[in-house]
Amino acid sequence: MEDIEHIEKEMKLINSDGRRLDGRSFDELRPIRIEAGVLRRADGSAYIEWGGNKVLAAVYGPREAHPRHLQDPARALVQCRYNMAPFSVSDRKRPGPDRRSVEISKVISEAFSSVVFKEQFPRTSVDIFIEVLQADAGTRCAGLTAASVALADAGVPMRDLVTSCASGKIDDVVCLDLNKDEDNFGDADCPMAIVPRTGDVVLLQMDGHLTYDEFQKAMGLSIDATKRIYEMQRDALRRRYSVTLEDILKEAPPAAAPVEPEPEQPPEDDFGPEGI
Amino acid sequence: MQSSGALRPIVIPGEAVGGPGLKPGPGTYSEGGRVFAAQLGIRNEHEGLVSVIPLNGRYIPQRGDAVIGEVVDQGPSHWLVDINSPYPAPLHATESPWRVEFGDTARYLKVGDVIMCHVLSVDEIKRVQLTMQEREARRLTGGMVIEISPTKVPRVIGKQGSMVSLIMDLTGCRIYVGQNGRIWLDGDDRSAAIATMAIRLIEERAQAVGLTEAVRELIEREKGRGRGPRPS
Repeated sequence: MEDIEHIEKEMKLINSDGRRLDGRSFDELRPIRIEAGVLRRADGSAYIEWGGNKVLAAVYGPREAHPRHLQDPARALVQCRYNMAPFSVSDRKRPGPDRRSVEISKVISEAFSSVVFKEQFPRTSVDIFIEVLQADAGTRCAGLTAASVALADAGVPMRDLVTSCASGKIDDVVCLDLNKDEDNFGDADCPMAIVPRTGDVVLLQMDGHLTYDEFQKAMGLSIDATKRIYEMQRDALRRRYSVTLEDILKEAPPAAAPVEPEPEQPPEDDFGPEGI
Repeated sequence: MQSSGALRPIVIPGEAVGGPGLKPGPGTYSEGGRVFAAQLGIRNEHEGLVSVIPLNGRYIPQRGDAVIGEVVDQGPSHWLVDINSPYPAPLHATESPWRVEFGDTARYLKVGDVIMCHVLSVDEIKRVQLTMQEREARRLTGGMVIEISPTKVPRVIGKQGSMVSLIMDLTGCRIYVGQNGRIWLDGDDRSAAIATMAIRLIEERAQAVGLTEAVRELIEREKGRGRGPRPS
């Protein structure tokens, strides 16, 4: 947390050219990089770098739901755990679930449970783990976007990928994808997640105040941005699975030839060959 | 290797895979008369039925599947078998090939034993029952079990078992492939290692064309290795 007391009161978040602190215009996203299939033990995984955010997502399942009493005989559970690493923010974050991360876990699992074909896997659970390694505002959107790639990577049947982005208001201007300073000193932040194919909204939250018109504008910006992010998600999945044979042979460690036992060496001793 | 990867394009959940007039098959769903992919995989169209062959995913038991399971628990009249699926799979004593007295299950199968068995039934809430009444069902002794992604099993088996018999012929290993992605193989250390490599190659290259040739080449190269003068 920055020391708010010592910040100049007239700090400008948007300069006269309409550029933001990091040089973006109001409708510009931070650079995003997504990679699928980064963890070997997970059924599906993804890593996302979204501006200063670094988030890892892992998906397990469908697997036997534990504890047993949570099992639903008609459908699968979609469970999510959003967790921030202690080193992910400038002050050490006390590890463990807190009010904020419990809430984010809940809304994210609800977002996914509306796209996963839960009826195909009764009595099981699909577990999503989102680990924030470095936070810079908009981690729930980054986490959700990565988790959606991880879910597809795990081969879980779902209606569509879920794509997420936030918009907010800074210096009375509605802007896309706030970074940490804009989030801390801005007026409002409104993360949302949509199912791009149908346009269904599966997550919508707001921190701060927006008028109806501002809210409409923020929604428009986010929906526009999710189309671009959707393409990045699809691209990450395609890259993961479209490697050619040459690539694999190049990457694969030199084929481990089974070691043949060395021929027995005659034992060396001081008494010379036997029989003498 | 000359069989460089001409890969079939993959589809991503939510992608349209067919218009009206096509029926949605496994791995797809229909909405508003159109068919969309539900899973990440390869599009396949056959006689008006569109399906997506998944590239990844868990094993969901189906009636009649041959599976390789590990006994994880025993009761007085049944064993509980781990078949690498989200659902526990009991094997009842009456479905075993032996005459088991009540409470005497441990004499035939112990926890940790590996068996080759079949899925007897799966009901609508996915309760699974196993059977060992089929001819090739048995307790597996010796050899080793490797695990692959269950979605790659059809490629390891090949058309009418062509791929697995190729590996068996070339390496001399005995191999059982379970639909649940577990493969049991038995042979001397060297050929078992070569067979494992071949199976790993199939797993990685499941979508490639000319896979059989690539596998044959790999096995022959590996068999030739170490025969000649060994590097000092």
